[in-house]
Amino acid sequence: MSARAARPSPSRRTVLAAGGITSAAAALAACSSDGGDGGSDGGGGAAAADFEERGPITLAKGKDTTGKLAEFLDTWNTEHPDEKVTLIELPESADEQRQQMLNNAQAKSDAYTVLGLDVVWTAEFAANQWVVELPKDGFPLDELIPSTVVTGTYFDKLYAVPFTTNAQLLFSRTDLLEKAGLDGPPETFEEMYAAIETLQKEDSELLGFGSQYSKYEGLTVQTASLVASAGGELFDDKGVPHADSAEAITGIQTVRDGFDKGFIPQEALTYKEEESRQAYQDGRLAFLQNWPYVWALGQAEDGSSKVNGKMVASLVPGIDGPGSSTLGGLNLGISAFAKNKGTAVDFIAFMVDAVQQKDWGLATSQAPANAGVYEDQEMLDAFPFFPQLKEAIDKGTSRPAVVNYGDVTQAVQEAAYSCFSGEKDAEPAMTELQTQLGDLAQG
Amino acid sequence: MSATTPEIVTRDGTVLQAKKPKGRTAGSIVIALGMAFILVYCLAPFYWMIVSALRRPSEGRSTELIPSPISVENFVAVFDPSNHFARALLNSLVVAGGTTLLVLVLGVFGAYALARLDFRGKVLVMFLIVATSMFPVVTLVVPLLKLFSGGFEWFPVNWINTYQAMILPTISFALPLAVWNLNAFFRQLPVELEQAAMVDGTTRFGAFLRVILPLAAPGVFTTAIITFIAAWNEFLIALTMVNAPLMQTANVAISKFTGISQFDTPYGTKMAAGVIVTVPLIIMVLVFQRRIIGGLAAGSVK
Amino acid sequence: MAYLLLLPTLVLLALVVGFPLVLSAWQSLMQSGKGIDPATGLIIKGDTFVGLQNYLDAFTGAGAGAGFWNAFWNTTLFTVIGVSIETVLGVAMALIMARAMRATGLVRASILVPWAIPTVVSALMWQLIFDANGIANRLIGYQVLWTTEGWQAKAAVLIADIWKTAPYIGLLTLAGLQTIDTQVYEAAKVDGANRWQTFWRITLPLVRPVLVVAVLFRLLDAMRMFDLPYVLLGRLRSGQTLSMLATDAASKTDFGAASAYSMVLFAYICLVAFLFVKLLGADVIGEGNRPAKSRRAARRQRATSEGSLP
Repeated sequence: MSARAARPSPSRRTVLAAGGITSAAAALAACSSDGGDGGSDGGGGAAAADFEERGPITLAKGKDTTGKLAEFLDTWNTEHPDEKVTLIELPESADEQRQQMLNNAQAKSDAYTVLGLDVVWTAEFAANQWVVELPKDGFPLDELIPSTVVTGTYFDKLYAVPFTTNAQLLFSRTDLLEKAGLDGPPETFEEMYAAIETLQKEDSELLGFGSQYSKYEGLTVQTASLVASAGGELFDDKGVPHADSAEAITGIQTVRDGFDKGFIPQEALTYKEEESRQAYQDGRLAFLQNWPYVWALGQAEDGSSKVNGKMVASLVPGIDGPGSSTLGGLNLGISAFAKNKGTAVDFIAFMVDAVQQKDWGLATSQAPANAGVYEDQEMLDAFPFFPQLKEAIDKGTSRPAVVNYGDVTQAVQEAAYSCFSGEKDAEPAMTELQTQLGDLAQG
Repeated sequence: MSATTPEIVTRDGTVLQAKKPKGRTAGSIVIALGMAFILVYCLAPFYWMIVSALRRPSEGRSTELIPSPISVENFVAVFDPSNHFARALLNSLVVAGGTTLLVLVLGVFGAYALARLDFRGKVLVMFLIVATSMFPVVTLVVPLLKLFSGGFEWFPVNWINTYQAMILPTISFALPLAVWNLNAFFRQLPVELEQAAMVDGTTRFGAFLRVILPLAAPGVFTTAIITFIAAWNEFLIALTMVNAPLMQTANVAISKFTGISQFDTPYGTKMAAGVIVTVPLIIMVLVFQRRIIGGLAAGSVK
Repeated sequence: MAYLLLLPTLVLLALVVGFPLVLSAWQSLMQSGKGIDPATGLIIKGDTFVGLQNYLDAFTGAGAGAGFWNAFWNTTLFTVIGVSIETVLGVAMALIMARAMRATGLVRASILVPWAIPTVVSALMWQLIFDANGIANRLIGYQVLWTTEGWQAKAAVLIADIWKTAPYIGLLTLAGLQTIDTQVYEAAKVDGANRWQTFWRITLPLVRPVLVVAVLFRLLDAMRMFDLPYVLLGRLRSGQTLSMLATDAASKTDFGAASAYSMVLFAYICLVAFLFVKLLGADVIGEGNRPAKSRRAARRQRATSEGSLP
């Protein structure tokens, strides 16, 4: 190393000082300009949103591979050349979509106008004022299925309009039903377990019943469904939790019994929608509870499905009768930071109109929110299970409509998973859940 | 290493023959086995990725070791117009290439200063540089988004959907390793080399460019490759800063692939895209790896 | 002059990382309002200054801080076991590749494959491999439920992570090995050193600076691990790291807690890095210029090429 003595250059202090001052100044400026991140006032009450402004807008939604959405946008854009809609595609996973919308809200960016909101985000987005209250008369709400409109409502105000909805069905196999001696799909868990027992005597490799029991949002879907099917509810309409009610415990216990007796395979703890569908489609699983998308894939004739032609759909199994499925679907809301909200309202009304809804249903096989579409003959021809689906939606139950949904769903997942995996029994798990939900409900 | 027994010339001029190492063949076998192990280790999961991509789209989860029928549907689906994948690859190239170039320039300058120049606060500077690698990236995302979308008055730019919004943060993530790495390489080379060159009349920096840099070529090229790959694989910043389909990088495009339904994780297309995205990197390395060995042949203290 | 060379680097880092870091530190001292107005249902906004409450909650595991110690333990486990195995494997790979005569191009390119595959894709690939009915279980012959709570989940993360990063260390070490003058090896052979002595006394000290940097940065990355466990294991407690905990809190708009976790992680990493460099890598920073403080350091100095070669 050279023996040159270090020259005491003023530039070193300048550099380090410059760096330090920049950071500090930046911090101070940032802090003073908005009083800390995430803390600024939403600005006025929800009703003050300006719906007169018109102009170009954007739609932020997950990708559509059918090309139908692009068609809709073309139709709209041709009719409204000054109020064009641009599509902004969000990542595939719902969590990432929400994160993107959250980031934009934090940055108060006007990049997204119309948001494709999962049904469970309504309360959160409304309470945080990331979406604006919508004028009820701007949309044909009476044409939409009532239970779906509920998912877009918060504190009796409309914050999101249902675009598509979804409910789970029970998928059985005609050949296995015959073998088990049933003349139709089972309506209760008891019936189903009895059938599985008979079937497993002949074929011990057969996995009985499967649904989504991995530790993710799908588990909350299952739990809400089980509790509702047993006659209970996780939260009542005043926001008070009832997770430790006798009905709730019965609901959870039913599935726990299935695991204990081998009617539900252990690997179901790793199932999400796709894993369970694959097991059913490969012929290893006898009964599947899943969203209706599995129908088209299961009936494929190219050899990828071993159950094509043998599928039958019915309402999900319950305790004393057919059960209640949890509702899924997508709602459309308007970002609080966007411009041209007037155009956005009309665009949403366009999307939920019967014509578009039927078109969308035929192209994507997603369940439309518009009730009239379910009577259409073309739809019934294309999707023979639609009557059951409509019934399931009518009888469907919502997941908790709470503001801190993230915390609540995690608590529910922990409780359900610990019970199903055998770590805890149903009663202590649900009692603990009740305590946690109570703490969370108080904010 | 030479194949013949090496000759050593000691200081007083005598020529020695080094002993021929015993167990040479046994050593070669061990080395060969080792190479085979490395190949299998690195490529087995990659083989699985290729195989998964060559299945039919609805058979994503199959565990057959060789798919039958072999189907290139997934590869075709990757280049579906709605994915803008070719454009995304180009964007990735621009971002990764730009990042690597700038990182090398900044890194070489910075590492030179740290390795060869004496100044007070050197330890502090090195600590500051590495400290920036200690912060989880996810917490940087929202402030950066706000920064680059003009959310602060002292930085009045709107760089959303631009290359610089992706390149600048990525440079910051890659710089610390580059600076430290290059520093370590430069320090390995004795100062006498530059001094010898300077005796011939070149400047200090000229000596550095002409003598040290070529010798440190393995280090420089390795840093370049590591930086390029890190920038190529960057996801969070690219996702946050860009929402226009024509500006997104390949990783972001892959994250938006959908299957046939909203629950269908499109394993097939994502694996196919993974193969497509990895292959150029491997080709690039094959091209540049000669330079990595090449630096060695330049000779040394002679 | 030196400062001029370093100025662009420092300014860029200050802007992109320093500034959000300061912001985050400030945020960690606040809690966002969570109370709901009973009339409108809207959240009463506003941050309140709570001092170190977020940190206290984390350390005592109260309320929002419930998962802290679990995440802390996971982070530590993944780092210690992961980086140790990666280093051993990586150095072994580098040594093998340095000695091999043929097919180095192919092996060198393939060594990059694990590192080159984008994490968004490789995490998905491992998800496929570790599926309950996937190829891993098929090869083992037993159905291990990798993605359920328990040690197997941690093992899955470790396997995937080590696979990806051992070659990274290997590549950096290889470059370091190739900068060593072959004459050093010849001299060692003349002196009669066997392979093990050559490795331990000559190779390792000479490649130490490069290896230390590689391992140091791997430590930093391992402690911030996020993508892999997130995609592979999702919400499982067995796989949750501190980074995931911070992200989770941020996604639930609990920014105070998220910032607090990030700051704690930052401090933890600083501590680990400091200890590491202190114990192993002092000469990388430049303290090797001064006369050695101990005999061991003096021997080290002599062994590196910064001293004079005999």
